[in-house]
Amino acid sequence: MNVIETGCLGKRYGKSWALLDCTLAVPEGGLAALVGPNGAGKSTLMNMAVGLTVPTEGTVTVLGGRHVGSPGALDDIAFMAQDAPVYKNLSVADMLHLTKNLNRRFDQSFARARLAELDIPLNKKSGKLSGGQQAQVALTIALARRPRLLILDEPLSALDPLARQDFMATVMTAMADDGMSVLLSSHALAELERVADYLIVLGGGRLRIAGDIGDLLAEHLMLSGPAAEADAHAARLEVVQDRRAAAQAHLLVRSAGRPVPPGWEAHSVSLEELVLAYLRAPGSKPAGARTEPAEVAP
Amino acid sequence: MTVHAMPVRLRRGADTEPRPVPWQGMIWVTWRQHRGLLIGILAVFLAAVLAMLAVGMRIHQDYAALAACHPAASPACAGLGDYFNSTDWHEGNGIHAAVQVAPVLLAIFAGPPILAREFEDGTFRYAWTQGIGRVRWTVTRLVILGAVVAVAALALSLECTWFFDPFLRTQNMTAVSPAVFGARGVVYAAWTLTALCLGTFLGTLLRRLLPAMLVTLAAYLALAAVTWFYLRGHYPVHTFWPMQLFEGGWLLILSVLLAAGTIWLVRRQAALRALPEPPPSITSVGACR
Amino acid sequence: MTVLTLPAQPGQDAGHAVRPVPWRRMIWVTWAQHRAMLIGLTAVLGAVAIFLFAMGLYVHHNFSALMACRPQASPACQALNSSFNSTDWTIANTLDILMNLAPALIGAFTGAAVMARELETGTFRYAWTQGIGRVRWTIAKLVLLGVAIAILTWALSQVFTWFFAPFLQQQDTLTVLSATVFDTRGIAFAAWCLMSFTVGAFLGMLLRRVIAAMAATLGVYLGLAVVTWVCLRQDYPVALVTSNASLFNYAINRQSGAGGGSFPSTAPNNSPWVLSTWNVGRTVWWRYIPVSRFWPMQFIEGGWLLVLSVLLIAATVWLVRRRAA
Repeated sequence: MNVIETGCLGKRYGKSWALLDCTLAVPEGGLAALVGPNGAGKSTLMNMAVGLTVPTEGTVTVLGGRHVGSPGALDDIAFMAQDAPVYKNLSVADMLHLTKNLNRRFDQSFARARLAELDIPLNKKSGKLSGGQQAQVALTIALARRPRLLILDEPLSALDPLARQDFMATVMTAMADDGMSVLLSSHALAELERVADYLIVLGGGRLRIAGDIGDLLAEHLMLSGPAAEADAHAARLEVVQDRRAAAQAHLLVRSAGRPVPPGWEAHSVSLEELVLAYLRAPGSKPAGARTEPAEVAP
Repeated sequence: MTVHAMPVRLRRGADTEPRPVPWQGMIWVTWRQHRGLLIGILAVFLAAVLAMLAVGMRIHQDYAALAACHPAASPACAGLGDYFNSTDWHEGNGIHAAVQVAPVLLAIFAGPPILAREFEDGTFRYAWTQGIGRVRWTVTRLVILGAVVAVAALALSLECTWFFDPFLRTQNMTAVSPAVFGARGVVYAAWTLTALCLGTFLGTLLRRLLPAMLVTLAAYLALAAVTWFYLRGHYPVHTFWPMQLFEGGWLLILSVLLAAGTIWLVRRQAALRALPEPPPSITSVGACR
Repeated sequence: MTVLTLPAQPGQDAGHAVRPVPWRRMIWVTWAQHRAMLIGLTAVLGAVAIFLFAMGLYVHHNFSALMACRPQASPACQALNSSFNSTDWTIANTLDILMNLAPALIGAFTGAAVMARELETGTFRYAWTQGIGRVRWTIAKLVLLGVAIAILTWALSQVFTWFFAPFLQQQDTLTVLSATVFDTRGIAFAAWCLMSFTVGAFLGMLLRRVIAAMAATLGVYLGLAVVTWVCLRQDYPVALVTSNASLFNYAINRQSGAGGGSFPSTAPNNSPWVLSTWNVGRTVWWRYIPVSRFWPMQFIEGGWLLVLSVLLIAATVWLVRRRAA
């Protein structure tokens, strides 16, 4: 089952497109990292997945074909927006009680235990907490809903490094215990590299690449060789990035098992190199989404 | 810092059926989110009731003394009459006018914040992604607040009717006089309800608190002025209770329309459209253009 | 390699103070920041003034028709009279009540909104760290906005004074000193609006939440207005004491219209405002305020309202400073 499926999804504000031609199928059970620079369309995509924004064109469904915003979708998806909005004049305990009354499922004891461990006082007004504490409260109440899909919009930006580590650890534990899927956006890739299973790269409102991280890393190679031969090979290979330096050419290719040209060296690429290469790629052939089961190249 | 591990528990499949989101839960939610407003309404209501009781008893006493005073032309009785027509009348008229102003204040202070606040603070991103869904969340709040407001207004107008009765005789007014008609019967409660619904609708439409408050004030005053100076003269009925029911009726319909409009605005954001075709499971480059 | 040295600027040394940001710029800043509010206020007051003007023309037309109607006892003239007494008077009375409440609303929407909004939305973090400094920023803002509000509301009260003029002849019990009439004319209305604005700003700074500040502003204005009506005005040092009963003979003082009846009189009601009476032996003494004392009373009231406004601005500035520590 795909937790999020979109087809040619687009959103226009006035004259400019915040997101365009986005076709995705995010598999369940893992942590999908949504990365891209500011203004790339990450929040727009997430808002459309939870029904806060209406698409201008295209389709989006969640949790195996459910309509976005339907009771079935609302029940099983928890969303933490950017800036972690909480009701500033309600105490933390009130926020817990509020969420419990607004949902069918709420694990009160988990929420209290987690907040106690984080030393967040239950009777303090949410508006008086620090930014990091508000984010922790928002995450706690989202997790306590025991969702099948947790969508987090830039949750780490308000947290200090220690808090980030604890945040991610809690998310990973919940995923392991509960089989929860997570879609998390960030513009800092380094933090997500070790924990993410699925990668979605947005740039300039377009989908650049999306796929299972292991597969992506396996499919992409950095080929280094004489610049003179570069054009000939580039025509036959799917080149993502082409860098020439004097006599040497470095081609980042999506080889998917095709043989390395003779005389050329092949290195694996890091995730960061991969993401940057796709973000810098001019114009866009929007990269197709991988489906389940992943196609295996011959 | 240790990581708190979530307690081991049954796998999802073995969970008991999740309970349906109970409506009682929404009552607590509405109370908690509008605690300040509800307490404010209650405080003002009690203050008005007590003030009208205290002043009203004195006015009734003075009127009884005046009515019993014989001979009516003597200086003593004229003095009573003067006092009743000046001091008592000023107080009575003042309180009566204040009671009539209350719905306006309610329109401004209660209606717009219900939704405009959520938009401005961004908390709608929390509220609209909870299991209960945005429509039920909005409907419940409107119904609860509307009921509270309407009942309080009805009680207030009953007391005001008793309070103002002596002046109907001394000031040469009747129950259908413009200033009097709107503070008694069912019309006062209907105006109060309409005020709340108008404020809520405009708050949802304009999405920003202060502009919504200002426009609500203008719209309510305009509606009141049109009714007072024009509409009431053109009702098909002309006696007290039929007029009351007629005006209460169309105000009620207006309130319902405004409430429905609010819910329609809230829903409009929802992506509840049916899918035109099944989403593609295999995509290829360029499929969108 | 030689080091290039800059020639010393005349008068510039390490201890020279930085030139303060000029007040002139604060005018532009205040305008830019509160453009919407000022334009909105002007638009609303302008619309009200136009409405008052239109209604005023209607009312004045009816009134002159009524006063010119002869013979006064005829059914036609009596009908005009009773129509004026009911319809036109109802309109005027309603508008009069609204004018009395207007300062409260103006104070709430402008004063409370101005300060509380900054604090609620957090934009004060920008404003208070600019070169001008928070104290001067606050003073400039409140003074400029206060002056603008005073001018606009003064203009509105003049339109209303003209509108209401016929009713001072029509109503037996109203004079320019009556509670609900006095503070809609002269300089009193503008002074009440200014004071209400500063109350709103102070409460906005104190309570830091827009709705609470607005509600509190309404309450404070109402309380102060009632106190003024019921107690304060009677203690203004303009009262006179006399035992001359002829001043209070209303039949003499009011020049009733030819033909009598309940027609409006040909001149505004000039009966004095009786504060209290007492007997000394067989003489009756009155303590009263004659209508001629209207302007001294206006200046007294405008004066203490202005002083109160200045104190409230000072208190607001003090609160702004206190948040620094």
